[in-house]
Amino acid sequence: MTATKKTVIGLLILVALIAIVPLFILQDAEFGGSDDAGSVAISEITGTEYEPWFTPIFETAINGEIPGEVESLFFCLQTGIGVGIIAFVMGRFVERKKQEDGKSGLKKTK
Amino acid sequence: MNTSLNIREKRFIAVAAAIALVFGFTPVASAMHIMEGYLPVGFSVAWGVICIPFLIAGYMAIKKNLKENPKTITLLAMAGAYVFVLSSLKIPSVTGSCSHMTGTGLGAILFGPAPMSILGVIVLLFQAILLAHGGLTTLGANTFSMAIAGPFMTYGIFILCKKIKINRHVGVFLAAAIGDLFTYCITAFQLALAYPSESGGVAASVVKFLAVFAPTQVPLAIIEGILTVVIIIGLETYAQPELNDLGYLTGGVK
Repeated sequence: MTATKKTVIGLLILVALIAIVPLFILQDAEFGGSDDAGSVAISEITGTEYEPWFTPIFETAINGEIPGEVESLFFCLQTGIGVGIIAFVMGRFVERKKQEDGKSGLKKTK
Repeated sequence: MNTSLNIREKRFIAVAAAIALVFGFTPVASAMHIMEGYLPVGFSVAWGVICIPFLIAGYMAIKKNLKENPKTITLLAMAGAYVFVLSSLKIPSVTGSCSHMTGTGLGAILFGPAPMSILGVIVLLFQAILLAHGGLTTLGANTFSMAIAGPFMTYGIFILCKKIKINRHVGVFLAAAIGDLFTYCITAFQLALAYPSESGGVAASVVKFLAVFAPTQVPLAIIEGILTVVIIIGLETYAQPELNDLGYLTGGVK
């Protein structure tokens, strides 16, 4: 159990490092989206500025681009919904296992 | 996979495909990371139609699974939530641009590839409508890359690793990471098909788009692999009954 915990913590630290290190190494990079880089590549291949033939319906509805702050709101909403569900389910699993272990009186070790 | 469907189901698929064609002409076709309006109409429709049978197979797989193992609905919700979280996190990468993960690996490993088409398309719709990320016209192409091709790759790698008896967690890592990467390879391929280079044709374009996506995605694929292993470790510790229902621990993943 402790070994598992150590593995998990170690892995999570590794993830954080992989994600953060580029920010320190590439100090003058823009960190724009790679989806946008895709549209740049399209222009390079076709030789002309590509004009999308359909604009996102939300942008059409508000007649402009989604403000950055509002966009981050929706991204947070998405993350929040996901994390909420995972935490809820995981919490139930953990409690259930505790009760089962308590009932049977033996500590299952994985 | 269609061979195992009965006549009623086949008819259902045919009708759905017909409806998809009709709707395809009003821009309600398909896509994941290709931006709104960036695929020509023909491609948008074609990718959307290709996705239809997979979505129906996914729906049926979920229904069948929930009927046989009602308890696993919690894990299914979790797999969906995992896609929500991972595809919302934009992470800086070594190339100086940001990208995000797909998160479809976990569900593909637990439930097999088919159900992920449904879970993936939900996330893609959310992002296309509310975030102007991806798009409704590109929904088909994006669904194919993220919710179909990626999960199938993940599942294939996972089964392969099981066959050759690699450590299970290493197998999970490889499956999730390669599935993530494969999603972006398919995206590059889709863009290349739509925008073949004048000098080198589709092949030259594939190389070009891969050069845009792949280096950014490699570190992220590694992160996705690791995170999926972490979740799997958590589930192995706390959700053994559900994993047994799914056949994850015993071998025969359904």
